[in-house]
Amino acid sequence: MDRKFKVWRGNKKSGEFISYSVAVEQGMVVLDAVHRIQTEHASDLAVRWNCKAGKCGSCSVEINGKPKLACMTRLNDYREDEEITIQPIKAFPIIKDLVADFSWNYEQNKRIQPLKIRARDKDGNHRMFQRDVERIQEFRKCIECFLCQDVCHVLRDHNKKDKFIGPRFMIRLASLEMHPLDEADRIPAIKEEFGAGMCNITRCCTDVCPEHIQITDNGIIPLKERVVDKYYDPVMWLYRKIFKRN
Amino acid sequence: MNQPTGGHKQGFLSTNREDRWWIEPTLTGLGFIAFVVYTTWSMLQGEYYWWSAGQEGFGGYLSPFYSPLIFINPTVAGAAPAAHAWLGSFPGWWPSLIPMTPAILILAGPLSFRLTCYYYRKFYYRSFFLSPPGCAVGGVTQKNYSGETVLLVIQNIHRYTLYIAFGIIAVLSYDAVLSFFRDGKLGIGVGSIILLINPILLAGYTFGCHALRHLSGGRMDCFSCPNGKEKFKHKLWKGISSLNDRHMFWAWISMIWVAFADIYVRMVAMGNWTDFNTWSL
Repeated sequence: MDRKFKVWRGNKKSGEFISYSVAVEQGMVVLDAVHRIQTEHASDLAVRWNCKAGKCGSCSVEINGKPKLACMTRLNDYREDEEITIQPIKAFPIIKDLVADFSWNYEQNKRIQPLKIRARDKDGNHRMFQRDVERIQEFRKCIECFLCQDVCHVLRDHNKKDKFIGPRFMIRLASLEMHPLDEADRIPAIKEEFGAGMCNITRCCTDVCPEHIQITDNGIIPLKERVVDKYYDPVMWLYRKIFKRN
Repeated sequence: MNQPTGGHKQGFLSTNREDRWWIEPTLTGLGFIAFVVYTTWSMLQGEYYWWSAGQEGFGGYLSPFYSPLIFINPTVAGAAPAAHAWLGSFPGWWPSLIPMTPAILILAGPLSFRLTCYYYRKFYYRSFFLSPPGCAVGGVTQKNYSGETVLLVIQNIHRYTLYIAFGIIAVLSYDAVLSFFRDGKLGIGVGSIILLINPILLAGYTFGCHALRHLSGGRMDCFSCPNGKEKFKHKLWKGISSLNDRHMFWAWISMIWVAFADIYVRMVAMGNWTDFNTWSL
């Protein structure tokens, strides 16, 4: 059976959608179809991919307008007569065709204070328990596909990359802030530099996460609540003053 | 050539999505508007919010929109006895421009809790602020989007509105007990069951709140320090987290039920519906 695809071809200056028709078989995913287009029609079509198993986070594109991994999106999710639109992600600059430049994200990662591990216990060990790290293990599932960064309207529509670090890095900040051995205080930076207040909780980042990380409920909202503790809650302020807690 | 880079459409409501993304924000928005319109109408009525089949004494059905009764006007139809109000009848200095209805003194509390709730924020930013109306759909164009950093920094009062919600649940639980009595006699009616379910659903919503989840234990970095033993706070946090997983469900079911409870009491007090109960046997 043949299926129709509309693939965006071009670079950061200009481009256009080009339609292709290729034979597809049962079980194929969108990335398979892109490879078949490369083989049969457009050997210069640029697409970034690696593991083809939803674990490397390389093949992030927008399929029929939704940010998705091309390798995890089955063709039979769409009607047989439907033309499938494939385009690069919107929030970051295009290099060529379906390949975008994610380098801004790696620059943000460098801004985050790494783990500042507390002193060892008296017996010379660092000791932590499973119940204490369960929360942050969820965040470690992140494959850095940056679909959450792409769908976040603060970055995507408002282009506030100077004000908000984005959901991916809020999750990384949460994994460090909630780490049982960490003793750094990143809350002032989370409020001021990384822009926790810019997020308005519309949960699109959670909706698109291929690892099903509860980015909003388990990462961003808990960080916003920690910001409230430090800056907006007079009772917590009094508690810290009286009991000399940080 | 010369299409927008990447083929992405620009501007308000622009998207390449082909699914019916607009259904969810439309339905949730209309559902909430219906609730707000009904609640406002009910609040302004100021009558038919109490029913005890004309009997005095301990017991009766009180609409949750009117509880707790602070001031009442005992002369209107379907009003509670004056003894039920904390401060008696409306005072003489009550401004004539403000309707003399007990609900007007109450509803700002629970409404402020819902309006600052993280779930409600998600849907009304989508449905009403259109910021954005859907995922990967162009939102309202804003010259200088500031999120919740300027005016909307007010959302951070949510943990204080949570304490108001605790008070409301306590009062409505007392009302539920009250509904199992009429003139001091224990019994049960359809209204008793409706008014008993009401605080249970509200508790499911309130005790799954993100702010409570944080205050109960989420703000801790280590649940086992320093001796490796599980703390009560961890168990509490886990319990609240399991309710929080279905926060949207609890938000809607509790909101619908509280309106239904008001409708039920109002209809019975007006004589339009018959309350099946053990007292009339």
